[in-house]
Amino acid sequence: MSSDNKAQIAVDKFLQFTDGEVASFFEACVHCGECAEACHFYMATKDPKYTPTYKLFPMVKAYKREKAPLHSIRKMFGLLPPAVTEDELREWETLVYDSCTMCGRCTMVCPMGIDIAGTIRKMREGYAAADIVPDGLKRSVDFVEKTGSPMGVTSKALLAQVKHQEKETGIKIEVDKQGADYMAILSSMEIMGYPEIIGAYAKIFQKAGVSWTISSKAYEATNVGVQIGSGPLAKEIVTRVVDAAEELGVKYVISPECGHAYGAIRWAGPNMVGRPFKFEVVHIIELLDQLRRDGKIPAGAKDGRKMTLHDPCQIIRRGGLLKEPRRLLDESCADFVEMENAGLGNLCCGGGGGVSANPRAAELQNAAFGCKADQLNAIDGLEAVVVPCANCRTVFEEGLEEREIYNLEVLGLGELVAETLKDIEQAEG
Amino acid sequence: MGFVGFVEGPLFYIAAAIFALAAAWRVFGLIRMGRKPDISPPKGSATAGFIKGNLRHFLPRGMFARRTWIHIVGGYAFHLGLFVLFFFGAFHIDFIKQYLGISWTPLPRWGFILASEIAFAGLIVLWVRRFSDPVMRLISDRDDHIGTWLTFLVMLTGCLALQQSHEVLRGIHMLFVDIWLIYFPFSRLMHAFTFVLSRGHTGATYGRKGMNP
Ligand code: SF4
Ligand code: SF4
Repeated sequence: MSSDNKAQIAVDKFLQFTDGEVASFFEACVHCGECAEACHFYMATKDPKYTPTYKLFPMVKAYKREKAPLHSIRKMFGLLPPAVTEDELREWETLVYDSCTMCGRCTMVCPMGIDIAGTIRKMREGYAAADIVPDGLKRSVDFVEKTGSPMGVTSKALLAQVKHQEKETGIKIEVDKQGADYMAILSSMEIMGYPEIIGAYAKIFQKAGVSWTISSKAYEATNVGVQIGSGPLAKEIVTRVVDAAEELGVKYVISPECGHAYGAIRWAGPNMVGRPFKFEVVHIIELLDQLRRDGKIPAGAKDGRKMTLHDPCQIIRRGGLLKEPRRLLDESCADFVEMENAGLGNLCCGGGGGVSANPRAAELQNAAFGCKADQLNAIDGLEAVVVPCANCRTVFEEGLEEREIYNLEVLGLGELVAETLKDIEQAEG
Repeated sequence: MGFVGFVEGPLFYIAAAIFALAAAWRVFGLIRMGRKPDISPPKGSATAGFIKGNLRHFLPRGMFARRTWIHIVGGYAFHLGLFVLFFFGAFHIDFIKQYLGISWTPLPRWGFILASEIAFAGLIVLWVRRFSDPVMRLISDRDDHIGTWLTFLVMLTGCLALQQSHEVLRGIHMLFVDIWLIYFPFSRLMHAFTFVLSRGHTGATYGRKGMNP
């Protein structure tokens, strides 16, 4: 690919992805800079280049030059911006990939309601098409192409973890069960880092009498296509799950405790595949909350530790599941306290949107996590933090270790619910 | 035809026509670009989200207010002041009546002066921040400054014309109004219209998800 070519390829994609929505964002931005005050990368560094709207500048430039209404009249007066160059794209690469977790917090402060996160997602399409992407994400793509998983988790590895959890819980976990109601998908991070979640599902679903399965063909929920900005890859990953779910004839696919995976399959999925699914997508938190409200998984003794909840951006602010985790926590935890600005205004952990898969961004990610750590430190006597996203959870564990905070346990919501289930004897007695 | 006659007559008609046509063209262009229909099963209404998104972003959020208070105060002062003096200034109402035949009760003179002062103070705060705040300095461009200056000059000459002592002062005000009208649709001043679409699109996306942050 020659240099001009790369810039042109990126610009063509930018223009292709600038629909009426994105164009209205570009037209409405008044350069007030308020969005900087909401972005954890700016908050942590105070470097103006991390201003959300600034991250979009090359795409805005391409739009103004080639697509904006009245651009031909502006051209007559020499008022068009110069063409986007490859050097410029490269200069912006770290802003587009390393310093945006697509958390959507800046939209809340923006007087124009501009969706920077969604636009960065589209901007990455241009970058991916021109092959100007971080090596870390490229490696994840290679793994996905070879194994279907960004961490190279093979079905053999999955089955080994399933066997192990069967042994731990004494509950049979049926893989590839035709006609099950639910099919669970997991993130690689969960399979390798927190496999106890599989055991937690087994306990909870056995108690609730839910028929469920895991597919050995499509178990991966992580969608690196969404992170890197490759529509075709994102589609391929979603399609794998859709095919397996429809082949098994399940009624629901359970999206796991992983932020972007939920958005990728629940909200973007049908649009990528180009048709509605023959099943419903339900987030594990939604399902647990529903089962609890239906009385199928009554809560037992509460965990007595002082706990707080981290709101994963893609599940809460951008996913709409605000009340569900709180209802579950209220019944599972005796001393639940909220962090400052909890819920829709939560601060991102700093590692979403592919940032944690990009080693080049490690230092910046850690700096951004500092904002989160400050929120945790502000709660006196905090003993545990529930983090219902495996990716955020790893970021938390690394960030806390970096700060030598060893007295704070990081746990998943599914595990907590499984551990605080009312015993069968208790329920019956 | 004298200077005042020209800026209030032919030039004003041309400016108003350019303003109306180009602004409509730009907004229509944005609408025409469209958006692919979303086929994910909705949890809520996109239309309600469009409306809610528009209303919600009028109000600042408490959690950010401490960090952005200068902007909030400056922004509200300027926009509310401008709105009041534009729509409730006696001369503006007379002017509108002359062209459209409709009128309403104007503000008393002291109210007009107060609104102008608030608008001036707000505009100056925003403009000073544009070059004093490192974030705004980085993201601002020529268009931001021209738009601010033109608006400032329209307001300033408007105040000078307030006494009605010299017709030519009114003429200078109208000249700047004409320039402002011509510049408006090609500039970021268009945010006065495009904000509806921008807030609305985001609101609609969230509305479908059954929530609206
Ligand atoms: S979406 Fe989040 S990370 Fe990205 S610019 Fe906005 S606040 Fe920053
Ligand atoms: S807050 Fe919104 S309008 Fe202001 S600079 Fe940021 S994106 Fe643009």
